[in-house]
Amino acid sequence: MAEQRLEENGLVERLKSAAADLGVPRLIIFAFLAAMVVAAFLLELPIDTLTGNVLTRFGMNGILVLAMIPTMQVGMGPNFGLPLGITCGLVAATLSIELGFAGLQGFLVALSVAIALGAAAGYAYGLLLNKVRGEEMTVGTYFGFSIVSLMSIFWALAPYKSPEMIWPYGGSGLRVTITLQNHFDKILDHFLAFTVFGIDVPTGLLLFFFAACFLLWLFMRSRHGIAMTAVGNNIRFAESVGLNVNRYRLLASTLSGALGAAGIIIYAQSYGFLQLYQAPLFMAFFAVGSILIGGASINHATIKHAVIGTFLFQALLVVSLPVANLVVSENLSEVIRIIITNGIILYALSRRESGGETR
Amino acid sequence: MMEHKAVEEAKPAFSLGRLLKNHAVPILFIIICALGSYYARLPLQFLIAEIITRMARNSFLVISLIIPIIAGMGLNFGIVLGAMAAQFAFIATVFWQMQGLVGLSVTVLLTIPVAIVFGWLTGMLFNRTRGKEMITGIILSFFANGLYQLICLWVIGGLIPFPDETMVLPSGVGLRNTVNLKAMHYALDNIIKWRHGMISIPVMTFAAVALLCVGMVYLLKTKLGQDFRAVGQSQQIARVAGINVDKVRILAIVFSTVLAALGQIIFLQNLGILTTYGSHVQVGTFAVAAILIGGASVSKATIGQALLGTFLFHTLFIVSPLAGKNLMGNPQVGEFFRVFVAYGVIGVALALHAWRGRGK
Repeated sequence: MAEQRLEENGLVERLKSAAADLGVPRLIIFAFLAAMVVAAFLLELPIDTLTGNVLTRFGMNGILVLAMIPTMQVGMGPNFGLPLGITCGLVAATLSIELGFAGLQGFLVALSVAIALGAAAGYAYGLLLNKVRGEEMTVGTYFGFSIVSLMSIFWALAPYKSPEMIWPYGGSGLRVTITLQNHFDKILDHFLAFTVFGIDVPTGLLLFFFAACFLLWLFMRSRHGIAMTAVGNNIRFAESVGLNVNRYRLLASTLSGALGAAGIIIYAQSYGFLQLYQAPLFMAFFAVGSILIGGASINHATIKHAVIGTFLFQALLVVSLPVANLVVSENLSEVIRIIITNGIILYALSRRESGGETR
Repeated sequence: MMEHKAVEEAKPAFSLGRLLKNHAVPILFIIICALGSYYARLPLQFLIAEIITRMARNSFLVISLIIPIIAGMGLNFGIVLGAMAAQFAFIATVFWQMQGLVGLSVTVLLTIPVAIVFGWLTGMLFNRTRGKEMITGIILSFFANGLYQLICLWVIGGLIPFPDETMVLPSGVGLRNTVNLKAMHYALDNIIKWRHGMISIPVMTFAAVALLCVGMVYLLKTKLGQDFRAVGQSQQIARVAGINVDKVRILAIVFSTVLAALGQIIFLQNLGILTTYGSHVQVGTFAVAAILIGGASVSKATIGQALLGTFLFHTLFIVSPLAGKNLMGNPQVGEFFRVFVAYGVIGVALALHAWRGRGK
């Protein structure tokens, strides 16, 4: 009987199960995105410019989203402590400017210092997270917030001298936003950039992002990467076959810190500005939201999830901004961003498989 | 002989070491507050007046956190939803041009059902995310803030007509950044006010806080209060004992949300102005930081700790900008420092809780 019914309703059932896999919130988000795109066509918005913006913002945010993968795969959940990595990246960028580097050299100095600092901070952060197993998300959220406020004190007091970065009057403390115009503004975006059908393609930026994806993909398939996933899948099993669980958790945290630091450098060069003080406060949530929209769950995330999720999320933001401005009011797209990000995180939290270690 | 010795062991003499160890957090913050007050160089009368104002304004909100802690659900970051309920009620009563104590009473009556619904929904969500209530509460407060902004920016004036030019933006859609509560300013505080120089004591507000404290002590002695404790100790055992665990957990959150809503009303009637998009945002973080500074933990909290914590946290709030300016020559540093303390103390408390919890 049951089989017969299944056959009769085969297509419907399959669609239903596909929808169930996707989850209601994701369906709502897709429908919303589709509505926004249709609205953009109807309102005759410049589709080519919007597409170019989507591509830029996709490459700009991608690496910050990749930073979520190691900690999610190893079973620590999304890295809500991402602001730690981000502030390391900002320290590296300001150092590069302070020391007078510019152009490609400035970019490479900033990037390599960022990765080194981010990895070191990620390692130290991992030591803490190993002590608080099961509460990584809550501890990480408030640890991230604390770091942002602590670093705000640092930005206000640190003895930087470069006149491009400190306040023009009074002469102490860094500005809230620092322009990268004379340093490495859009150095990747403009590399091999071309225009097709009116769409500006930031070739260098996209190449860099896909290269990062490929490297992380390779790593996740290496011996260490597979062991990391094994720890995330079943911590007891991993322990019983002799994997050093804490070591792989440390590795994940280190990797995530380094990716977060590198991610903000890429973000800043594309944006053209460094944003200090409170700017990194909520960046982690948008990265977490992105990867979850791409289909990840709290303790399982792949490169595919990151790529799809970042693209959809950024597309939604880029398209909804002018639509919302024309149709309703100005602040609405920011509000939509908050609702979507946190809505998808709540949904992921309420899923049963997201439990990790059950208590 | 043996018995004598046993008695002696059971009643240890007063030990400074143990006192320091058991109350390390409040003692540390007493020292920080003392140093801060010293370096801020504020006149003592002004400092005391400010502390009294802030104790009256904030105690209720901090106490609203206690029940979920006892029920084993941790720090309820979801009290932000209670604050939102209060603000919706205020927006309605200001729109109806209500005044004084009557207006405030209507606000309270309007708030309670809204807060019950919000609390019920939050409780149901927490039952679905058992064991992860705190991170859920944090994210929920952001999510709810998004919906709140959507309602205030677009639904009010956009979907439902709101013909009050003083409250909506010039375009007619969306609320202005502030809602003036002048008509209900000090409606509770000024019923009875004792003045002494710069210091004035809002007697009825403190009476409300005292009533809440007594009510809380009484509630915890009732059957429901015992159920809160039982569920907090072990959901498994509580279930075996025939307690409807899910319902008790929802009720704990409903109580907390309603109390937080009332707390936000007290807060706003004292302030006299509602920052439409900002008044509620930090309610959860600041209340949680305050109760933790008072010595509470994720699984244990008392009224005394809530009151001590409110006192210490707000003393720090008053003195840190000036202390920062006098010590570092930069008032912003003090500002960042107090935000850092709020976030940091929550982070450390959560870490310590998880750290100790693993040993079990």
